[in-house]
Amino acid sequence: MAVDAPATLPNSAAKVGAPRHHTLVFFALLLIMLVAPFVLYPVFLMKVMCFALFASALNLLLGFGGLLSFGHAAYFGIAAYVSAYTAKVWGLPPELAILLGTAAAAVLGLLIGALAIRRQGIYFAMVTLAFAQMVYFFSLQAPFTGGEDGIQAVPRGRLFGFIDLANDLTFYFVVLAIVTGGMLAIYRIIHSPFGQVLKAIRDNEPRSTSLGYKVDRYKLAVFVMSATLAGLAGAIKALVFQLASLTDVHWTMSGEVVLMTLLGGMGTIFGPLVGAAVIIGMQNYFASFGAWVTVLQGMIFVISVLLFREGIVGVISRWIKKPL
Amino acid sequence: MVELFGIPPQALFGQLLLGLINGSFYALLSLGLAVIFGLLNIINFAHGAQYMMGAFVAWMMLTYFGVNYWWALLLVPLAVGATGIVLERLMISRLYHLDHLYGLLLTFGLALVIQGLFRNYYGVSGLPYSIPAELSGGTNLGFMFLPTYRGWVVVASLAVCLGTWFAIERTQLGAYLRAATENPSLVGAFGINVPRMITLTYGFGVALAALAGVLAAPIYSVNPNMGADLIIVVFAVVVIGGMGSILGAILTGFGLGIVEGLVKVFYPEASAVAVFVIMALVLLVKPAGLFGRVA
Repeated sequence: MAVDAPATLPNSAAKVGAPRHHTLVFFALLLIMLVAPFVLYPVFLMKVMCFALFASALNLLLGFGGLLSFGHAAYFGIAAYVSAYTAKVWGLPPELAILLGTAAAAVLGLLIGALAIRRQGIYFAMVTLAFAQMVYFFSLQAPFTGGEDGIQAVPRGRLFGFIDLANDLTFYFVVLAIVTGGMLAIYRIIHSPFGQVLKAIRDNEPRSTSLGYKVDRYKLAVFVMSATLAGLAGAIKALVFQLASLTDVHWTMSGEVVLMTLLGGMGTIFGPLVGAAVIIGMQNYFASFGAWVTVLQGMIFVISVLLFREGIVGVISRWIKKPL
Repeated sequence: MVELFGIPPQALFGQLLLGLINGSFYALLSLGLAVIFGLLNIINFAHGAQYMMGAFVAWMMLTYFGVNYWWALLLVPLAVGATGIVLERLMISRLYHLDHLYGLLLTFGLALVIQGLFRNYYGVSGLPYSIPAELSGGTNLGFMFLPTYRGWVVVASLAVCLGTWFAIERTQLGAYLRAATENPSLVGAFGINVPRMITLTYGFGVALAALAGVLAAPIYSVNPNMGADLIIVVFAVVVIGGMGSILGAILTGFGLGIVEGLVKVFYPEASAVAVFVIMALVLLVKPAGLFGRVA
């Protein structure tokens, strides 16, 4: 099967393996992140990385599958709850807690995804949002989530029994390793034959069906992958902040991650990372402005949609005439 | 009449009335969403924020200018509808040539801005809006006590819904509207100003949300978050009903309100998620929605 490159970017995707400039950007980013904790506050950086992974997971679904989920907080939040609960109440080591949280998100993604893909376009967005709200109400009432208080003081524990995660710097490099792994997985998915079919479905669903692809299976598969990776981000976040709360499952969280993806550049590889860094940075440094941050986020949404639909990385990518 | 299904009738009818009131708001809001979606093909995420604006503007008019409830019922939808028209002209109209999802994203951003601004100036605690004197008090119906204002909300909402249905399905203007929904360029070729019709339709949909806000102000406390959670339930209502039919939106709205009320009687823990469970079932059985056309 021939692998078609986008019309404006000849030969870019047809080569085997990653284009060289992608590898370069990856290494440059990795280098920056290796030095960063000695300059900036590690917990802040870990938050940025969690949301970068979260936004990249959404981007896998939105940018490459063409499916706008407005309820990704459900997977992020449920994973945060499960990993926080298992780490705190069951006393599981962090690797198992993260694994269980991620698995919970995958199962939830399978359940919701199987229903949501029965509708298209704008309805899909509304269905995912509505189910996420259902998860929110469930989290509000379920006995194990701690209601309004959430699950607090979650122990970070020792990774594999000997790496003490209580140290921020140690945990930082563990998070960096996990997030890098997640990003590479997403990169691999996008550039696999599966990813090519996904893009074909995004661009022309009826045609993909007529070519014999079981479109619904591809959609469900990418939905579950996206939910799982969002869950991985949520599970790590719960251990980093030692907290899982209703904020993690609220629709504002779903909106934020859509904003990160949109601002950074939908359908680009590095866009969600940039979007997450900008939005989290903004929340961090403008925290004293209270509710104005919401207003500002709303305005960024409006401006991005009206004037800036390619996103930051999309624009850079157009300047240097290479896909990023 | 002592008990029905092991539930005292007072509780049963009380919850049914609450359900009917919630249903009134679901119906008004999903009707507005359906009207806007029909012509503009966008989901108006700002609908909840505009409902909240309706309640707030009514409160402001009363507090700052002494405008009473009855005038507010008329003036607030006009004022908030006008802001909707400005938004449509300045922003939304630039997105018609794009994927419909951008309309959703834009109006989501607008909702954040509107809610954030009101939160900044009025906090989240909620402001009281008293029931107008003509509608205070209530009637004992024998099997239950009916507060007059709640009865009024149900009647007013029904009247507005049916009036809208009549205007769209049975009048000349409505015929233009339906025609433009089917084929805007052809309607434009007949000399009808379709862009203006689109603008006015958005304004009308927003005015409906604002009217719902005014009706809600005396029942719920007026606060910046009142529309945010409601709109998501209304989205579920819209998915269940399907946006193809005006009457469908109205029926689904009232019906789901009543079902929610019944669930509250028999299994209170599930009442918050009842609408979403029904949505899941409808997606399984009839994915296009109860009144929807296959998209």
